Amino acid sequence: MENFTPLPALLGGVLIGLASVWLLAANGRIAGIAGILHGLAARLPGDSAWRAWFIAGLVAAGFLWHALGLAPAPREGFGLGWVVAAGLLVGYGTNLGSGCTSGHGVCGLGRFSLRSLVAVCTFMVTGGVAVYFVRHVFGVAS
Amino acid sequence: MRLNLSAFGAGLLFGVGLWLSGMANPRKVLDFLDITGNWDPSLLLVMAGAVAVTAALFRPVVLKRPAPLLGGRFEVSDLRHIDLPLVLGAALFGVGWGIGGYCPGPALTALANLNVESFVFVAAMVAGGLLKSVPLRQGR
Repeated sequence: MENFTPLPALLGGVLIGLASVWLLAANGRIAGIAGILHGLAARLPGDSAWRAWFIAGLVAAGFLWHALGLAPAPREGFGLGWVVAAGLLVGYGTNLGSGCTSGHGVCGLGRFSLRSLVAVCTFMVTGGVAVYFVRHVFGVAS
Repeated sequence: MRLNLSAFGAGLLFGVGLWLSGMANPRKVLDFLDITGNWDPSLLLVMAGAVAVTAALFRPVVLKRPAPLLGGRFEVSDLRHIDLPLVLGAALFGVGWGIGGYCPGPALTALANLNVESFVFVAAMVAGGLLKSVPLRQGR
């Protein structure tokens, strides 16, 4: 467990929570990233601008982290076939299930939503099973 | 415009939280999900920190107000039933998460890595979301 980083993890989590409170308190929106993205992709009339700006903020944070020299080296050599499969499943699954780690996890659990609790337990279990197969059965370095 | 600037600021703070916490690093995410490997429990604390804040402020403070600070109304789901789309969708999402190590927020902020992997992942994720809407014609 030498990779355990409790303090940045906790502080980062608090910032994620505060950002979610900000978006709900100011804009009246749930900070569910999948919902924000799928809503933008669906091009709902009159409901796109704030979604694009939120995502621009997310991406800007990445550039900021790189500019500060704090970003970890990106992963290399992970097969693009796996990347495509993972992306399709994440996109389809979060749209069908109405949420992801932020919508059901951070925001849904914070509202004590039973639906979100069921969703979080479900994706934690299937995520654990998937990584077990990829890393330990198929022997892929992911 | 104030709504858009506010959304940008919230996204920026959310993204900083993702990078600081380690969630923007797919290897760290997979080390968390990989309980039979070299397990890294950090992400439990990310979730605990985030949910502690939302639980303390969403219902007790924010949703007690009549309307959001910048106007409009609170757009919060009032669905309560556990149904097949919820469970199947979450299950499929989890499989994708466990394969790639990216959930939607980290995938988007990782676009700043400017590498092939993050562009391909985000393109596939958007396509996957659109695919869901094709047969049922359900907008969200």
